[in-house]
Amino acid sequence: MPKVTFIEHDGTVHTVDAELGATVMETAQRNDVTSIVAECGGACTCATCLVHVDDKWSPVVGPPSAEEEDMLDFAFEVKPTSRLACQIKVSEALDGLVVYTPAYQGR
Amino acid sequence: MSKAIKTDVLIIGAGPVGLFAVFELGLLDIKTHLVDILDKVGGQCAELYPEKPIYDIPAIPFITGQGLSEALMEQIKPFHPTFHLGEMVTTIENIGDPIFRVTTDGGKVFETKAVVIAAGGGSFQPKRPPIAGIEPYENKSVHYAVRKMDAFRDKNLLIVGGGDSALDWTLNLQPVAKRLTLVHRRDDFRGAPASVSKMRALVAAGAMDLKIGQVSGLEGADGQLAAASIKGADGAISRVEVDAMLPFFGLTMKLGPVANWGFDLEDELIPVDTSTFETSKPGLFAIGDINTYPGKLKLILSGFHEAALMAQRVHHYVHPEKRLVFQYTTSSTSLQKKLGVA
Repeated sequence: MPKVTFIEHDGTVHTVDAELGATVMETAQRNDVTSIVAECGGACTCATCLVHVDDKWSPVVGPPSAEEEDMLDFAFEVKPTSRLACQIKVSEALDGLVVYTPAYQGR
Repeated sequence: MSKAIKTDVLIIGAGPVGLFAVFELGLLDIKTHLVDILDKVGGQCAELYPEKPIYDIPAIPFITGQGLSEALMEQIKPFHPTFHLGEMVTTIENIGDPIFRVTTDGGKVFETKAVVIAAGGGSFQPKRPPIAGIEPYENKSVHYAVRKMDAFRDKNLLIVGGGDSALDWTLNLQPVAKRLTLVHRRDDFRGAPASVSKMRALVAAGAMDLKIGQVSGLEGADGQLAAASIKGADGAISRVEVDAMLPFFGLTMKLGPVANWGFDLEDELIPVDTSTFETSKPGLFAIGDINTYPGKLKLILSGFHEAALMAQRVHHYVHPEKRLVFQYTTSSTSLQKKLGVA
């Protein structure tokens, strides 16, 4: 099972097992990573599951789609490596993925 | 105080469950008014999922949020509910036996025999940008909505965002403001293309400024902004003189005034009796995502069921003299008359 590491703004580290095909947002929710709010439940309509992908992993994860890029306008402190966790699907290639979660998701 | 609007039932929230409550109450000859903070009906279905599929409405294998809202509006048409959109209920006061006086932030007053809270996750409210020290400026020189355009006349105005709200207010306020600056994190706008072109033409003509970046700091005193710092994509910081700022980062669900209505909330949810969906306060009901009880599931279909049971109990308050006979729409001519099909 691939592992995903969430590093919260206060430095709390969660390294968790991720189900293949689940999203990184779902992985966070199943493992009580509360800095991922996911108000819309994964519909790419609320921008409250923002993560900053680790620089090393950013090329592997890839860029956001146009729809996701539009939603990033509703997030805060967006960086070139920022993604919405509900739009990243866990694959074998992402085993070991590291993402940083922000202090504030808009609520 | 404005004259009270009298109704049988006031429904707070015009999401799918609030809309279906109109139907169930309507079949029992109970008249309804609805208040919703959004400027459209449909609640989360309209705000979060208009284009997204819903697969778990019984007998409807697939429908979008928008489709569900439209179908519900069609279904409740025979009952002529009155909608009060773009308003938030602020207070509920028990003034009778039971009669409630309900007020909105838009200054409306209702007198109603029962209140049905179908408020979902609470109220959709503007997202606050996490700019250090923004709080003292809020509602003084930082505004999340425009109530009167004239308030911005001859002001240095900063608008933040890239969607239709940001662009529409940029175009509307540019002629009024002394100088308008639009700040957006990227040089690409998701708003309507026609608005984007108009905005770009104003920038090209020197009539307004466009800055690509994010607001990183505010200066001012006593709630009055004087300047804002804008951090560009390259990390360089520029400073703009600002009298007022309008950030448009979309909406988020907050519990809002529900917290002040005297319920013993459990995890921001209102406990109810599952035989009636009445709260601990007689005459006040809660259905849909806002309520909680053992085994509660936040599903639209659960909300529909809750609406049906709620209506049976509300009937006692609205028509205490009438005996309620349970009937089916398939076979009852009296229900079919109400639906306009008999």
